Amino acid sequence: MSSILLQNGRVIDPSQSLDRVTNLLVVDGRIAAFDAQPGGEQSIVNVSGKIVCPGLIDMHVHLREPGREEDETIETGTAAALAGGFASIACMPNTDPPTDSQGVVEFIRGQAARIDNCNVFVVACVSKGREGKELAEIGQLVKAGAVAFSDDGAPVANPELMRRAFEYCLMFDKPVLNHSETRELTEHGVMHEGLVSLSLGLPGMPAAAEDVMTSRDIALAEATGGKYHLMHVSTAGSVDMVRRAKRRDVRVTTEVSPHHFTLTDEGLRTFDSNYKMNPPLRGKEHVEAILAGLADGTIDVIASDHAPHAKEKKMQELDQAPFGIVGLETMLGLVITKLIEPGILDWSKAIRKMTINPAKILGISKGTLQIGADADITVIDPTAKWTVDPAKFRSKSTNTPFAGMELIGRAEMVIVGGKVKYRINK
Amino acid sequence: MTGEINEIGLVPANWTRRHLLGLEDLSAEEITLILDKAAVFKRAMAKDRSRLPLLNGKTCVTLFFENSTRTRTSFSLAARRLGADTVDFSASTSSVAKGETFIDTAKNIEAMGIDAVIVRHHTPGAPQLLADNLRCGVVNAGDGAHEHPTQGLLDILTIRERKGSLEGLTVAMVGDIFHSRTARSNIWGLKKLGAHVIVCGPSTLVSPRWAELGVEYSYSLDAILPRVDVLNLLRIQFERQYTRPFPSVREYAHLYAMDGARLAKTKPDILILAPGPINRGVEVTPDVADGTQSAILEQVTNGVAVRMAVLWLLLGAREMMNDE
Repeated sequence: MSSILLQNGRVIDPSQSLDRVTNLLVVDGRIAAFDAQPGGEQSIVNVSGKIVCPGLIDMHVHLREPGREEDETIETGTAAALAGGFASIACMPNTDPPTDSQGVVEFIRGQAARIDNCNVFVVACVSKGREGKELAEIGQLVKAGAVAFSDDGAPVANPELMRRAFEYCLMFDKPVLNHSETRELTEHGVMHEGLVSLSLGLPGMPAAAEDVMTSRDIALAEATGGKYHLMHVSTAGSVDMVRRAKRRDVRVTTEVSPHHFTLTDEGLRTFDSNYKMNPPLRGKEHVEAILAGLADGTIDVIASDHAPHAKEKKMQELDQAPFGIVGLETMLGLVITKLIEPGILDWSKAIRKMTINPAKILGISKGTLQIGADADITVIDPTAKWTVDPAKFRSKSTNTPFAGMELIGRAEMVIVGGKVKYRINK
Repeated sequence: MTGEINEIGLVPANWTRRHLLGLEDLSAEEITLILDKAAVFKRAMAKDRSRLPLLNGKTCVTLFFENSTRTRTSFSLAARRLGADTVDFSASTSSVAKGETFIDTAKNIEAMGIDAVIVRHHTPGAPQLLADNLRCGVVNAGDGAHEHPTQGLLDILTIRERKGSLEGLTVAMVGDIFHSRTARSNIWGLKKLGAHVIVCGPSTLVSPRWAELGVEYSYSLDAILPRVDVLNLLRIQFERQYTRPFPSVREYAHLYAMDGARLAKTKPDILILAPGPINRGVEVTPDVADGTQSAILEQVTNGVAVRMAVLWLLLGAREMMNDE
């Protein structure tokens, strides 16, 4: 019998409306008791002054393996996840080959199990080859362990296929995750269309390109009863549509990535490709709408959209450089610094968006400290001040616009299945 | 010749730039300094085209990733007339065609001992990328639809010569504003020197958002013509348009071509510029292009003078700072 006693931490578990200082006991990989007293063969960890919460979940991560191991591997990506405070991640299917077969799903799960860092949940392709033409073998993929379906960076363009995807996933009770982008409106675009793109002469991606598809997907989810999750929302229009759809009890959820509530398209004035992502960094009015959506609960989840790219790919002209930034190791610090410290979210609301909410959307039994649950626990130091230094990342890639930024708060320890998988070096 | 060399003197200590990437971040004083020195170089060249020994021993490379005859020739002549050596590098015949990255290509060229890279590239920000990664000077000779600072400077020099001052002038740019780096460089430069700028073109290429840059926008050439002092007729950039922003060239010419009939409605002393290469019959008809109000060839002459001034300011012998 192995047991760990986390002593005197502020335990916050939104799944059971818990927020108090207590001792938390883990026995044999499960949450065993609150208010436990030291005794017997325990490893005792004093966590006074720290926050103890369910192991954080990042439901939008690109692990790149198989196919693009020069950017990231399952080993380096899961190590980065632990360092960022995550006990569980969901990885996206834009691998090579794409995650549209049982073989690839099983490879990723097997690889993750062998490496044994954090939990890895697989999001599989909604269409064969991510081509948007025919449904992938969703039933077989569910059998292999896929938890959700998406073509990620290749939005499902055909509304008929999207409708069938929503309907077909109903019988497996799985969500369809879509990236809202009407490609005809964003072709050649490298950044948000606005005053900054106009003055830099860079081809723009209008907010309407996102809104057109969000509107379509909400209509299709409403018509079919399907579970629709809008990935990385970035526009005021989409936040508003999701808010109104929720009032009509449409099954829609959404997530936001830290860069979309912290940065604007002004960053592109440096021409630094670390500000190039898709959806693009938007204008101030969109950031404000996202903050409002986070505060009122319209936005259910915060997810990193961790998108590693090797340096030689990012260090190119803006139109050549790929979209995306790494995010696993900066997300928690950005949430604390930019949302909790200024009072936009309280701790409980913020933790909810990184624990029980993504767990419910993905249908996984994670994100809770209920007695008997898997002992996935993150211990956060809420006051640690640190500076983002990409050289210290565990990720294989360093493409981030946050280098040099001073952040408050970070993960101190991550426990996965009752085992301490990460402890910060002090 | 010696008179002009004395008049040029040393690069003033208050000029601190190593690169010319655009006019957006130059001050009015810096722009005026370039124009003043260009005027001196122009006078010197008019008298005697032998080389001025101001950049002896320096080497400039023109690194062009887009086709160009006029700008490249103009830069090469400017460098040579200052005594510098020039080398041309074209992307299509180079290692870029073999898959080398832009930065590696530039670093390799720099390693051969280059003092300044004059770069033209189809992507906005490519000159900035070089400035961030190379130690030598970088001159932007046009980056996508972003900036073409020496074109803006030569347009402004031409206006200043003909009109005396920019202050209070109304300068209209007509045509494919959206895809035009010339328009953007002109906007920044003209506004700093006190001109009122109008951008005019079809509503797919000119939008109300342009007003946020501090300029007036208009869809109607006929409406603005009577109050314009200077017209700059921009080329339709078919190569940068992914979808055609107007139904036909014929319809465009009906609405925006500067022809004799439109010229009759302008102020008598209107000045007509075109950055070229012009599409005769589309942006401007031959009678107007070759007429007395046109300064199209003067612009080309001024281009060499402006580029001499820019290269000299970036590479020339400098005045010592007082505290040095």
